[in-house]
Amino acid sequence: MKESNIKFVEGSFKKYYFDHFDLIKVPERTSEREFGYQKFNSGMTRHISIKDDKELHLLLMQNTPSDVYCSNAYYTFPNLPMNEKDWKEADLIFDIDAKDLQLECRNEHTISICNDCNNISKNNQQCEKCNSTKLEKKSLPCNNCINSSKNEVDKLSKILIEDFSIPKENIHVYFSGNEGFHVYVFNTQLQNIGSRERSELADYFLLNGAIPETFGMKKFKPDRSSFPDFNEKGWRGRFSNEVFGAKSKRSKIISELLSNGYSSFQKTIENVSDKIGVKIDPNVTMDIHRIFRLPGSINSKSGLTKTFCKDLAKFDGYQDSVFLNDDTVEVLANCPIRFRLKNKQFGPFNNEKVTVPTYAAVYMICKKLATIA
Amino acid sequence: MLALGQDEIAKYPFLADAGQYLKDKGFSLEQFGTDPDLKNLIDKAFDRIQVAADGKIYKSDLIGDQVSKEAALPREVFSFLLAIVLLKLSGMHTLIKRFALAEARRAEKYLEKDLANISDESKKQLAIRVINDLFSVQVEKIDEHFIIPVSDYLKHSINFHEREWKLINRHVEAGQVFLTPHETVRLIRKELGTYINSKIINAKTPIMIPGFEDSVQKLVSLSKKFSTFTVTTGEYPPCIKHAIDVLEKGENLPHSGRFMLATFLLSKGQSVEQIAPLFKNAPDYNERVTLYQLNHLAGTSGSATKYLCPSCEKLKTQSLCFAIPECDNIISPLQFGKKKQ
Repeated sequence: MKESNIKFVEGSFKKYYFDHFDLIKVPERTSEREFGYQKFNSGMTRHISIKDDKELHLLLMQNTPSDVYCSNAYYTFPNLPMNEKDWKEADLIFDIDAKDLQLECRNEHTISICNDCNNISKNNQQCEKCNSTKLEKKSLPCNNCINSSKNEVDKLSKILIEDFSIPKENIHVYFSGNEGFHVYVFNTQLQNIGSRERSELADYFLLNGAIPETFGMKKFKPDRSSFPDFNEKGWRGRFSNEVFGAKSKRSKIISELLSNGYSSFQKTIENVSDKIGVKIDPNVTMDIHRIFRLPGSINSKSGLTKTFCKDLAKFDGYQDSVFLNDDTVEVLANCPIRFRLKNKQFGPFNNEKVTVPTYAAVYMICKKLATIA
Repeated sequence: MLALGQDEIAKYPFLADAGQYLKDKGFSLEQFGTDPDLKNLIDKAFDRIQVAADGKIYKSDLIGDQVSKEAALPREVFSFLLAIVLLKLSGMHTLIKRFALAEARRAEKYLEKDLANISDESKKQLAIRVINDLFSVQVEKIDEHFIIPVSDYLKHSINFHEREWKLINRHVEAGQVFLTPHETVRLIRKELGTYINSKIINAKTPIMIPGFEDSVQKLVSLSKKFSTFTVTTGEYPPCIKHAIDVLEKGENLPHSGRFMLATFLLSKGQSVEQIAPLFKNAPDYNERVTLYQLNHLAGTSGSATKYLCPSCEKLKTQSLCFAIPECDNIISPLQFGKKKQ
């Protein structure tokens, strides 16, 4: 990022942090966590331990980081190198990101930035100007992206509650500040499990790796008796609802499934999994040493704040997570797609000088779609 | 240590303190080598190992879970203890492994039977306690099923490669996994084997006892049968080929895919400098960052941890697996193309 842009964005981040100490709190068991931060155009500084809110605020003021992170893991020595930290346990975290949902709307609001000639165009496989294939994709998510992500969060919460008996109050949902949600699960029997176990758990939510037998289809001498019914718990019940739909259709559909055979049934499972599996990012769930964006801190991909969603249904990230100020600033914007922040529409801008509020300027600069004029 | 009854020691001899048991029965190891009445027990012990080496389960003198005759009971335990002495004297680790596994499977049968025993509550409780005390798996019985917490289940099930053990293929309800007695016991097979194996490994090796030499010598030659040689075809597995393809096309390979490719090639002996150019076409290629990350994975910078290539199972979760028939029975991309000769 250009020096003048960094100066401007850092300035607005610093003001946010100074004005909103109340929103940025260290998580519980602070001294057992690893913290880290990044500055613009610079690498990651991690393996930091922090005592309390005050120390965190000091770090924010002294370094004006672009991003701040904190581990979901608890360590005896969070500030030592990874293999000396002495891992104790970790909260279970799920990441749901609109970019993983394969939504059709993505084509409409994804922008390609050429790494060779910096040309900006709507979603492309190749640069329109120099034909390079080294394209960086930036997305300005729309309502559909957010609503679809929310729907995945709902699916996830339901399974956590129904299959794993996790109390609702132990499930915390955060808007990441960019395109998705982080779901934290606290104080469960799953705190102590390692990475491979979490990978298995991820497959459970994704409905990944299921075999036909699980849903009643035997390889040899298949019969009707083992197929799931609507009132069954867990995935068998959800499978019934998805595949049979209504009670009246169940018998007929089972006959069809039986006559189509075992390998066709495997395909049925894959289709069902695409539809009702929860689209979490398994890499995040299985990583027990990761540091996650700290709630209340700003996401430098957008300038929006990672925010706790008290009521997910009503939550609007492009309204409720915009905390940068309204002071106007002139930028040179090349943003071919319209976006909405704080209930105002911006763009499209075609390589033009425009005067916009700071939050919108930062949003575009963070997406590499504008520079300070 | 659990308090065990007579026939329980015969079923689960690895739970007994070997030295103490012999002492309690009034025997010394030397007697087995010299006393003609006891010497046939060494042959029995040898048989027990041979059966295990053949991949079978030692058929015990116990009928059902009752002792066929009074005298058979100590013989059962003796042959187990003597087998361990023979194995220690031979020093053949492949045989120890096979023996431990076979003994685990033998014990598994009894555990399963005890667990499913509806007429004798104490037998069931013992089995539940063995599983809980040795392997920290909390088992509870609900109706026809045994239930264990998901976290306990996962800690053991990740050692299985068969898909039926994946959590998704299990009945999960209220944070518990529902299992049959057979599955409950099967779940801890590997750990049971490891437990028995470590008990043998940690046992003291006695000095050669007169009368044991022949059997020990026979074990040494028996173990030679099991040494194998492997050759590799040198061809890359489909997951690695796919990753290279993606990069060659200049498309984006996710971080997890880059991790797999780099750790795979490092394990195959390639250097950081040989691997780095593969990433040149990546949309976000940066030479400095690539070299830094590769050195980190190779353990030449940072914490000096050498990162290993992920297992096939993990790659499946990450949607990086593109298995072909030649991938059958491998659990890591590194095993692809290896053939036993």
